[in-house]
Amino acid sequence: MTVTISEFFKESANWAFLAIAVPTLFAGWRTVTSNNIVRAVLYLVVSLGGTAGLFFMLGAEFVGWTVVLVYIGAVIILFLIGIMITRAPLGQEADLSHAMNVKAPAALLSTVVFGVITWAMIDAFGNNMIPPFEPTATSDLSLLLFDRFVIPFEVVSFVLLAALIGGIAIARQDEEVVS
Amino acid sequence: MTVFIEAAIKVAVAFVFIMLTTLVLVWAERKWVSDLQNRIGPDRAGPFGILQTLADGLKAFFKESIRPTQSIYLLYLVAPIAALIPALLIFLVIPIGAPIEIGGTTYTLQVMDLNIGLLYVLAVSSLAVYAITLAGWSSGSKYPLLGAVRASAQMISYEAAMGLALVPVVLLTSTTSIAGIVDAQQGTFGSFIPAWNIVLIPSFIIFLIAGFAETNRPPFDLVEAESEIVGYHTEYSGFAFALFFLAEYINVFNMSALTVTLFLGGWAGPVPSFLPTWIQWLVPVFWFLLKTWAFVFLFVWVRATLPRMRYDKLMTFGWKRLIPVSLAWIILCAVAIGFREFGAPWS
Repeated sequence: MTVTISEFFKESANWAFLAIAVPTLFAGWRTVTSNNIVRAVLYLVVSLGGTAGLFFMLGAEFVGWTVVLVYIGAVIILFLIGIMITRAPLGQEADLSHAMNVKAPAALLSTVVFGVITWAMIDAFGNNMIPPFEPTATSDLSLLLFDRFVIPFEVVSFVLLAALIGGIAIARQDEEVVS
Repeated sequence: MTVFIEAAIKVAVAFVFIMLTTLVLVWAERKWVSDLQNRIGPDRAGPFGILQTLADGLKAFFKESIRPTQSIYLLYLVAPIAALIPALLIFLVIPIGAPIEIGGTTYTLQVMDLNIGLLYVLAVSSLAVYAITLAGWSSGSKYPLLGAVRASAQMISYEAAMGLALVPVVLLTSTTSIAGIVDAQQGTFGSFIPAWNIVLIPSFIIFLIAGFAETNRPPFDLVEAESEIVGYHTEYSGFAFALFFLAEYINVFNMSALTVTLFLGGWAGPVPSFLPTWIQWLVPVFWFLLKTWAFVFLFVWVRATLPRMRYDKLMTFGWKRLIPVSLAWIILCAVAIGFREFGAPWS
């Protein structure tokens, strides 16, 4: 089932989608092209906010608010604090532009990731339509998470725990050198 | 269409309500603090000085807003608005009274009831940190920047404790909808003790302490510390500063209302059945306001009584006391509720 462009613009939900998706994409693009690191982080916030908005449009309230709480409210704020403690550029002086040998692999990698995710989505769902505006009950989601997907869920937590311990190990190395 | 009209009316009423409440709250705080400190307090503008807030607001409005030359002006202007919006948004999910029935239709005294109300409250309140970080950074001066880093570290730390303190509430009531949590507290233990979530005493205490830190109130007011150490809003003046001020007071009311809603049964209270119907609608609102203002008074009382905490003690208290205690309490609650639901694993 394909949709022509004129059909696409007849649907008002598609306009709402564009109103969220276009700023999200723009902010994502500015995140990697900004020369000021604090500005880049703020564009990332806008981009993630747009992502949360898209989840709301799909009726996935829980996932949407989790994006706001975890990514916008905690992770990015920690980025900001980290940057401000170490190297907050109060003006525009910090130049983040990199040489081509750094940019090219990054562009390649992001294209590959985009391709893989797109392929996985099309492969999994194809032309299936998701029933519109049926908010998913949080309890259904949690049952799924702790029943069918409990092993992947635990594996992910374990990876995060490993990262945490690794972070502590790296941070503590300095002390051992001193003593 | 009626859905939109109902929503619009509710939002308008909620906005007027919260603005009037803040107006009274600022005045009441000054009066109470001066009473506690054996002073007179504002007494010139109107009877008992009740118009003092209005006068201060007008003054701030007409004052010149200074534009620091080093500032990033757009973000500098956005920051106070970013402080105010989350404060207003949180109030939308708080039910201020029992649902009322007019002509067969039930109207809730709550602007919106989300399936995931509690997550919404935490998510929106975490956005308030941006206002402080942005204000400090965009001022283009090192003092606000230092103040902002200090403030955001404090707010994130206590946000974690606050979120963890709410987990047992969700476990006990098995819902994340705010209206659902209030409904779950309507019963009684035995015949007369209300079944409020305050039985989760450690959660209640941790939530209250974290609430003080989240709203940047004394004894955790290092965020602004107006008298001696510089804060994130050092470069702000006039109306922009007034917006930060307004947001703080709205947050005090929100935090009191949330404490009441989550732990003290919200609008629950005895409603005499012999009264006319319209008074029966108002009685729950009265109970809600009475409990909420009691907590507002607690905020003021603590401000007048306790000295400010030292910053390292503040962080140690948050990370090494509150968070481990909340985690242990979550495990204890989960085990206890598991026993009640499914029985002992060996039986």
